[in-house]
Amino acid sequence: MNIRHDNTRKNKKSIIRYFYLINVFFLILTGSGQMPIFNRYYIADIPGLGWLGEFYVTHYMHYLFAIIFIAFITYIITDHLLSKLKNIKITSSGYFRGGIISGVVITGGLLVIRNLRGSGFEPGFIIFLDLSHLGLVIMLLVAGIYCAVFKKRWAENK
Amino acid sequence: MQTIRNIGTGSYLPPKILTNFDLRKMAQKISRRSFLKGTVATACSLAAAGIPESASGADDKQQLATLLDIRKCIGCEACVEACKKVNNKKYPVPQKPFPKMYPDRVPVMDWSEKQDVTDRLTPYNWLYIQRAFVNINGKETEITIPRRCMHCTNPACVKLCPWGAARQLKNGISRIDPEICLGGAKCKAVCPWHIPQRQTGVGLYLDILPSLAGNGVMFKCDRCYNRIAEGKLPACIEVCPEDVQTIGPRDKIIKKAHELAKEINGYIYGEKENGGTNTIYVSPVPFQQLHKAAEKGEGKPHLNPVKDTMADANKLAAAMIIAPIAGLAAAVGKFYKMTKSGE
Repeated sequence: MNIRHDNTRKNKKSIIRYFYLINVFFLILTGSGQMPIFNRYYIADIPGLGWLGEFYVTHYMHYLFAIIFIAFITYIITDHLLSKLKNIKITSSGYFRGGIISGVVITGGLLVIRNLRGSGFEPGFIIFLDLSHLGLVIMLLVAGIYCAVFKKRWAENK
Repeated sequence: MQTIRNIGTGSYLPPKILTNFDLRKMAQKISRRSFLKGTVATACSLAAAGIPESASGADDKQQLATLLDIRKCIGCEACVEACKKVNNKKYPVPQKPFPKMYPDRVPVMDWSEKQDVTDRLTPYNWLYIQRAFVNINGKETEITIPRRCMHCTNPACVKLCPWGAARQLKNGISRIDPEICLGGAKCKAVCPWHIPQRQTGVGLYLDILPSLAGNGVMFKCDRCYNRIAEGKLPACIEVCPEDVQTIGPRDKIIKKAHELAKEINGYIYGEKENGGTNTIYVSPVPFQQLHKAAEKGEGKPHLNPVKDTMADANKLAAAMIIAPIAGLAAAVGKFYKMTKSGE
């Protein structure tokens, strides 16, 4: 009975992990598509990847994956607070990555507001948002690779 | 000096009905002297018509729009010349030879040797006269249309610029900062009219990775933002001998456009295109007819209807507010289910 319970928990964990990785992959892919690089570097020429060279398509897809991502992280945080706080603690690398993700979500959210009709952010602030959003994603990528290589986990048992 | 403060708020002078014959006659009559006289007359009529408005309509709540009564345009290109003269200092001075671009497909765009071109938009020509021959009441008539940036109310070129190089001023002008632009031409790709034009060999990209990223700077009409800031008119409006353009707060300009269209049984372009622009054309001929007749292509924008390019993504912004609520509800639901089953 316990073995079956553990397996179910492991399966749930790996589903969550893969969901997170796939979501982040598409966010980075469509986010990179906001820069004029996929056409220049022939990536949009690869059969099936032509959509990466369409700015409006990648922009729309980026929003879609961002919506899924925000719902997902809210679920994970709330679930942790409600049912896992007693048994599991967040590691320092978990806090670090969580901090970066918060920054990505906040800067991304502000850029979404910037895109709405009538928004009035100052040009300097928009440049800051653009660069910090990109910089934070690069940080998350580097931190993710580091944690994967050195097997640093998001959370561990108390 | 006539200031923007007075523009577009006074009574609108009833436009003359111009036939093809009138147009040609007027074009022949245009001499330097009549041109200057026209300019003075324009300034005087505008000053007389003036009703105080918040400075240049540039308060935070109002965007400035221009109304172009294309019946009045005689295609004299005074606006084109004035634009070139006034904005000359903003034109690119490229460094040559250009860096070798990788991969080879990246096109070098060099207009520096063709600065005199005026029959299309280029980095050195931000306004041109588009010509269309149409049949009006059985007469072959040449319609001339000043074409430049439409200055959209929610400009995709500004909103989708990856570096914030393109910006929208509070008075509705969208402009590209040549100090920051890398010349990736995304603004041109997302602009429904493909207005911005690239000049290679100039700008910030030369100091970063000139062969691998960027390709110059994008240039387009900035509606003389610096002149407007000084309380002056954009050059193309100031010199026009026929008062083709009127500038003022957008709601007033839209109202005038509708009044004019009603009066002449005409058509409006730019009010709803791309969700609304700050360049409103009024024509006696349907714009689809003009579109078919006008020469179009690279640097020669179309006159087709345009849907709001930012609308689809911006509709998703509402879903972004719902997303955390959905995540929260799912987690609470799971917790409730667990509590109930006693896990």
